[in-house]
Amino acid sequence: MSFMKPSKPVGIVGYGSYVPRYRLPGEEVSELWTEGNAGLPVREKSVPGLDEDVVTMSIEAARNAMKRATGAHLTIENLQQKIGAVWVGSESHPYAVKPTSTIVAEAIGATPFTQAADWQFACKAGTEAFQAAIGFVSSGMAQYAMAIGMDAAQGRPGDALEYTAGAGGAAYLIGPIEDALVEIEGSLSYVTDTPDFWRRQYEKFPEHAGRFTGEPAYFGHIMSSANALMEAMALKPSDFNYAVFHQPNAKFPLKVGGELGFSKKQMELGMLVNDIGNTYAGSCMIGLTAVLDMAQPGERILVTSFGSGAGSDSFCLRVLRKPEHNGAVKTRDYVARRKVIDYAQYTRMKGYYKLN
Amino acid sequence: MEVARFWRTNKQRYQLVGEECPHCKGKIFPPRDICPTCDKEAKVPYVFSGKGEVFSFSTLHQAPAGFERYAPYTVALVKLSEGPMVTAQLTDVDANDVKIGMPVEMVTRVLREDGERGMLVYGYKFRPA
Ligand SMILES: [Zn+2]
Repeated sequence: MSFMKPSKPVGIVGYGSYVPRYRLPGEEVSELWTEGNAGLPVREKSVPGLDEDVVTMSIEAARNAMKRATGAHLTIENLQQKIGAVWVGSESHPYAVKPTSTIVAEAIGATPFTQAADWQFACKAGTEAFQAAIGFVSSGMAQYAMAIGMDAAQGRPGDALEYTAGAGGAAYLIGPIEDALVEIEGSLSYVTDTPDFWRRQYEKFPEHAGRFTGEPAYFGHIMSSANALMEAMALKPSDFNYAVFHQPNAKFPLKVGGELGFSKKQMELGMLVNDIGNTYAGSCMIGLTAVLDMAQPGERILVTSFGSGAGSDSFCLRVLRKPEHNGAVKTRDYVARRKVIDYAQYTRMKGYYKLN
Repeated sequence: MEVARFWRTNKQRYQLVGEECPHCKGKIFPPRDICPTCDKEAKVPYVFSGKGEVFSFSTLHQAPAGFERYAPYTVALVKLSEGPMVTAQLTDVDANDVKIGMPVEMVTRVLREDGERGMLVYGYKFRPA
């Protein structure tokens, strides 16, 4: 088993989230395609505005992360000089060829002397960037590294995924432990070749293998990854104050957490899926921001992502101090900033109408 | 060359980078290298806070070519807190809710796309603060 513990301690120096303003209630989808007979996997989902995509959402989340990272001896200008990597994990990068990360790096002022790359691994693209950032900073190759998980997910009209495919995510600035809000105590990655969900290069919408996405894929990988990390660190569920799992719908994370031995109470602070839908590569990363907005020093958090194809990254985190927000918007405030739209407006925002 | 023109103005569009006049300390946006107040050379980059208020506005229902899919939308003259006036689109707001004097903040959004095959142009807009 490859348990990952950085040789030089590193932590989360700043974090930030983003959720677009628009919400599509599940009833709107159900009404159109099933005459209102479908059970709703989430109450509503977030929808990006006409001028939003993974680039713009990543920029806002990264700016929030930088605001929380500033303090006594760190200014935005210092950080711009010292960010050695800007990495964006997503399955909805706006360009097929041309990096999201260079646009984000330019907008946050980190260019030109920085590493920039786009990461891809379905819904765990964000946590793999996060994991790599830990190593990049711990090794001394970068002083600070920005790891972002962000998606504006697509669901085929009428498909089960249309109820849940949401938009949003989070950015994390990884840096030296002296500046950190949260210590990264350990991490682990568990992957197998499991074809549960995919999208071929020129296709607009993903395909999924129906029920196969449950047991062997989502549950199998999350359980194996989380259990192995807890075993490697000699920790049990009761040693954690909070647990955050990938949230494709409202049922799966509570079920997998329950099977692992976590209570609903440990999971509810990081559960956002009923309010914003499945934010794919952003899912457990934005769930963690909602926890960090509220968590107290000394508290411990387990985070496990899931990406189809398939794999799960687990992290054991310990809160060192409460953040100064410095104008960064809290995640629950983004969730509360909400304008409900109907299916017709949704169709327009998604660009399904041809204007000319 | 359209692409080159956008590339040269990346910093001002993404981050609201203008200039500060070394002589009278006036803040300049968009950057023009000459201070509009004292007519002297002014090339010191200055990053604006992005805070401001709506000075005047107009809602467009008939959008010009390239912007049809965004209509209706509101264009405002925003007075930045550092002084300069900038014309920009408002976002995340319903046209009926826009008021003169409304505090706004800068966000980076898609300004337009050059058709399905062309480049995406990102830049500043303002939303209620
Ligand atoms: Zn001057």
